[in-house]
Amino acid sequence: MDFTLSDQATAFRSEVKALLTNHLTDDMVDAMHESGTFNAPILNAALADAGLLAGAVPGYGNRDPVELYVLFNELEKAGAPYDGLAVTMLVAGVVHALGTEFHRTEVLEKLLTGRHYCCLGYSEPDHGSDVAAVTTRAIPEGEGWVIDGQKMWTTMAHESDWVLLLTRTNPDVEKHRGLTMFLVPMDTPGIEVQPVATMATERTNATFYDGVRVDDRWRIGEVDGGWSVMGVALALERGVMGGTNPAVPLLRHVREWAEKAPSPDGGAMIEDPLLRERLARTAIANQVGQLLTLRAAWVAATGGLPGVEGSMAKIYASETYQEVVSWFQQMAGAEGLLGFGADEAAADGWIDYHALHAPVTTIYGGTTEINRNNIAERHLGLPRVR
Amino acid sequence: MDLGLNSDQEAIRGVFSSFFTDRAGPTRVRAAHPLGFDQDGWDRLGETGAPGMGVSTQAGGGGASLSDLVVVAEEAGAHIAPLPLVDHMVTSRLLATFDAAGDDVVSGAAVAGLALRPAVGQVVRSVPSGAVAEVLVALEDDRLVAVRGGAPLEALPNHADLPLAHRSLHGGEVVAAGPEAVAAYARAVDEWRTLTGSLLVGAARTAVDLGVAYVTDRHQFGRPVGSFQAVQHGLADLPGLCDGARLLVAKAAWAGDRPGDGIVDVGDNEITDFAVLAAMALIFAGQAAVRATDRSLHYHGGYGFAEEYDIQLYYRKTRGWAQANGDPARECGRLADLLLSDQGTA
Repeated sequence: MDFTLSDQATAFRSEVKALLTNHLTDDMVDAMHESGTFNAPILNAALADAGLLAGAVPGYGNRDPVELYVLFNELEKAGAPYDGLAVTMLVAGVVHALGTEFHRTEVLEKLLTGRHYCCLGYSEPDHGSDVAAVTTRAIPEGEGWVIDGQKMWTTMAHESDWVLLLTRTNPDVEKHRGLTMFLVPMDTPGIEVQPVATMATERTNATFYDGVRVDDRWRIGEVDGGWSVMGVALALERGVMGGTNPAVPLLRHVREWAEKAPSPDGGAMIEDPLLRERLARTAIANQVGQLLTLRAAWVAATGGLPGVEGSMAKIYASETYQEVVSWFQQMAGAEGLLGFGADEAAADGWIDYHALHAPVTTIYGGTTEINRNNIAERHLGLPRVR
Repeated sequence: MDLGLNSDQEAIRGVFSSFFTDRAGPTRVRAAHPLGFDQDGWDRLGETGAPGMGVSTQAGGGGASLSDLVVVAEEAGAHIAPLPLVDHMVTSRLLATFDAAGDDVVSGAAVAGLALRPAVGQVVRSVPSGAVAEVLVALEDDRLVAVRGGAPLEALPNHADLPLAHRSLHGGEVVAAGPEAVAAYARAVDEWRTLTGSLLVGAARTAVDLGVAYVTDRHQFGRPVGSFQAVQHGLADLPGLCDGARLLVAKAAWAGDRPGDGIVDVGDNEITDFAVLAAMALIFAGQAAVRATDRSLHYHGGYGFAEEYDIQLYYRKTRGWAQANGDPARECGRLADLLLSDQGTA
């Protein structure tokens, strides 16, 4: 095996790193936690203007597909706001793979400017992991469709130009066969966005669709063929677009804290043997998370669809992150409970933040259980049980 | 970047997958008890050239890279071969560094073994291949010492059926001394970590296969045990651990094959240093193999605990390989020293 990135991907990484050094500010990170919107328009625009977003769209142009991994890995490691960009690039990937000329001109070109965003309309109040059971209806009318229903966890909806919307077009067939995907402009009359606060700093949304009329040209994929569009979208989401190295910035914060914080046994925490053991285990987990992600990217780069590989990376990285976070929060004692801005907060509140954020990581983007089903059935060959 | 095997390595894998399927595996592991060594299998292995495969061609060996040896070791591990191949490979490479690998070591006619701990009072303890090593190499202060002959051919009874023995360095000959000797020895132990990590990846892989086969075949409550989601999910965590360990071992070998010092930047998760990656590879592969054999044995139910079933052999062997070099938690402490030796975050 050869772990050297291609010259093109290496150059791309250097450009992303340099751009982050120049454009990512503490104020930007503070603003993301204060607003709950994990999106940095200035950074996105700078990435686009430097031509770095096109390289991150799978299969677009003649770029090395590993660049998608490189972009999000660098953003995640740097602690930059990237949720908005991740969804946007995911939709860009779906449009590139399955969209029409209209979608490319109207959507993809705009997404690549770094100034337009998307959100994902999959989950509903009553349908999360069982996403194929969604009930948001799309009914044909004239040259288009009328959509009614409600979606949950539509993060970024309040800043988005489009929602990738999974709808039911045929309730009389097996659930996977009656779905259709649309890319709906968010300024269409009948769409309402309501904020949903979370236990961590991030904000998400519920979105409501009341008699929303869209032209048929906004459909992606076949009528009743929405499930195969989901297959492409989910494979892009799991593993490659961030979320598999969350403990890299955590380790930096913990190390910085431990070099200054006194140990209850005297000396600095950084000398504590248990803390050192756990820092080493975290560094191992960070390497493994990176390698499993790189492998998923490599599978994609060599023409595969890394569904199972993405599931492996997602499970490993998120489960390990939660374990690691709990170690350090406990080792920081009462100060590990203190948040941003609190006097004496361990690692200036970062440990508390990671502990609040960690629970969602085994849920969003496919729960650990859904990913285990995927591996059990598609990799281990065990019987399907649902 | 290429995360697959190259065509030479695919060929190597094919040859050694066949070899160890025929010449290792549970039947031969049981037959090799209690010494943990199959002399006939070793003689046959010698015919393949594997013992001297990693020695340079100038020294009469096969000139294979550490990355190539990793492929052989994974197949040996997949069949828990009762053969001290990894110990022999790293020791022969170490001796060859100082033009001290004799023809009998390169051919494998004489088993070579490495003491993983420095000598104390001319004794090295719990040497993994100590019971069978005709040429034993150890570090005594800053001297690299080789002792010929005197393998006791009787192992200390142990959990993993390894040919473990304490050995005296009395009558040994100094192969090299000074910083060069210490550095070469450290490099050899890192190669041992990497290749033992690969043995563990192989064993973990087979443990998963055994578990999946068992739960597919075994019925309870009128259906295969493997159709219960609780069982499926316990097994589904394992392939990611195995693949992660395989990638980490391969990355360590890749770093070991490259000249010069690598990078250690823990804050950016950018690590290409061989010593760091070798430490990580053994710790993580050990963890993966211990978890895989735990779960696989458990899903066998009572039969997993029975001597008759093969999974218990994998359970015991993986613990041996994972901790022959000491407590993994202490290895983490040593790893932390390597990772945090830079200027810190200040």
